[in-house]
Amino acid sequence: MSCWDTIQAYGLRAVGIGERLLPRSDFTLCEQFTLIGSGMIWNIYFGVFALIAGFFFAVALALGKASANPWLRKPANWFIFIFRGSPLFIQIFFAYFAFVSLKSVSSIFDAFSAAWAGALVVLFLNTAAYSAQIFYGALLSIPKGDMEAADAYGMAGWARFRRITFPTMMRLAWPSYTNEAIFLFHATTLVFFSGFPAFRQKGDALYYANYFADKTFNPFIPYPILAGYFILLTLVIIGIFGLANRRLNRHLPQDRRKRLRIRPNLIR
Amino acid sequence: MFSYCTDPDTLSGFSWLSCYLTTGKHMAFYRAFGTVLLLLAITAPTALAFGFCGARAARSQVAPLRWFGKIYIAIVRGVPDIAFFLFFVIALDQAFEWLRHQVKCPDWDEPIRQGNDFVVCQIAKMPLGNAPQWVHETYGFFLAILTFAIVFGAFAANILYGAMNTVPHAQMETAEAYGMNRKQAFWRVMVPQMWVYALPGLSNLWMVLIKATPLLFLLGVEDIVYWARELGGSKTARFSDYPHPDWRMWYFLALLVFYLGFTKVSEVVLDRLMTRLTRGQATMGGEAQRKAAA
Repeated sequence: MSCWDTIQAYGLRAVGIGERLLPRSDFTLCEQFTLIGSGMIWNIYFGVFALIAGFFFAVALALGKASANPWLRKPANWFIFIFRGSPLFIQIFFAYFAFVSLKSVSSIFDAFSAAWAGALVVLFLNTAAYSAQIFYGALLSIPKGDMEAADAYGMAGWARFRRITFPTMMRLAWPSYTNEAIFLFHATTLVFFSGFPAFRQKGDALYYANYFADKTFNPFIPYPILAGYFILLTLVIIGIFGLANRRLNRHLPQDRRKRLRIRPNLIR
Repeated sequence: MFSYCTDPDTLSGFSWLSCYLTTGKHMAFYRAFGTVLLLLAITAPTALAFGFCGARAARSQVAPLRWFGKIYIAIVRGVPDIAFFLFFVIALDQAFEWLRHQVKCPDWDEPIRQGNDFVVCQIAKMPLGNAPQWVHETYGFFLAILTFAIVFGAFAANILYGAMNTVPHAQMETAEAYGMNRKQAFWRVMVPQMWVYALPGLSNLWMVLIKATPLLFLLGVEDIVYWARELGGSKTARFSDYPHPDWRMWYFLALLVFYLGFTKVSEVVLDRLMTRLTRGQATMGGEAQRKAAA
């Protein structure tokens, strides 16, 4: 089978299109590149949707945490503590078994015992908690002068939030938020190792890398391939978030614009 | 465990639960918490030592050593850690066997990688095929610790490298003015002062390390996640004296609570430590303490 044939057979294997059986022996480099690459579809799917949905929830949580009303502040605090204080690995496990138990209660939960919905929910809640903490920190460090200026212009309530508070909060939080986005994409590799079954061997990049490592007993090929894909993905994220950062900081003089500093990733 | 547990069929309610939670397998489950704590207790200092060596290497004046240190620090960027864990556990095992193979069987002429197999001579196997079970388990645990130490050592190296660079330059110049050589200045001036700069990063790392312990399960150690899955699964009366439906959700809820408690306690302790270490330091935190006292 030529490499082009392999790409046609396995390029979309992770979403169930193409050859049904995975290669079983005499693995070629091309097969490993194609299958692991096809698994990246899931990593990107989980990452993108959790990040977008999590963003809005995180802003709400951050405002709740900063609110003077205990009825808003307490729940936000607890939510952030629970999701930041426990391992994501255990959260996904717990959610999976919880969804499986709930299946007998109502058929609404059928979809949630599959990875595409169930794991997405957990990743969404998890990233919302982490981002909320970042946004909350940024909210507290908005310069006092900015808010006083807004008052002087007669802005209050929604107008002040939309035009002053929110953009400044984003601008200050953005470098950390970029890191959070990178962590989130890395965290998506946990999904198929914690409860959620890879239905018909439709798994993510790490699932396939692990498959090859188990079959060939040689970790030195599949894992570096996986690492290469993730470094590429990380660079893309940094690129996109860098553009957003430029836009958020475009009103500042050139020398005061903060460049994105990427710190090494950590497990959660 | 208790005397009334001899006939589980007659029990109900609280006494059933008390017997159920003290079966031999549950005792193994509780011991697994000890395994996690042991892993943390051994890994934390080892990773710190790896990190210290890494940071020193990255600051070295010898170029190849410096490159090695910088690559070690940089390699953890951009790649999911779980991939590192899965990789190192096999790679280290094969590296050990390969080394022993080279030493013990020098006149072996077959290739080591035959198709999909990794073949070394019998006496180079790690651990030996006829070794008792506990040796296999200890070896697995040892590999897990080494893997954790390598990965977290890289994080710690990054933090310590930053902390070493944050120690005010004037301090090092003063040390030189006192006639200390590089080594003396490093050990007597930089190392004692860098901890306060490193502590926020290191306490963050500790939190992350706690939350990484469930990954032991992926490295093949019988840890709390393994037992939670094992014990929680539904049991029929045929295979167990204590039949119950699928309780894995509740077992994982217990693990969740355990981790929440553990991180909370760590947070409190680390806050105290930070207050202690900032006392008298020429930093914002130290200044704030002085003002509060006055």
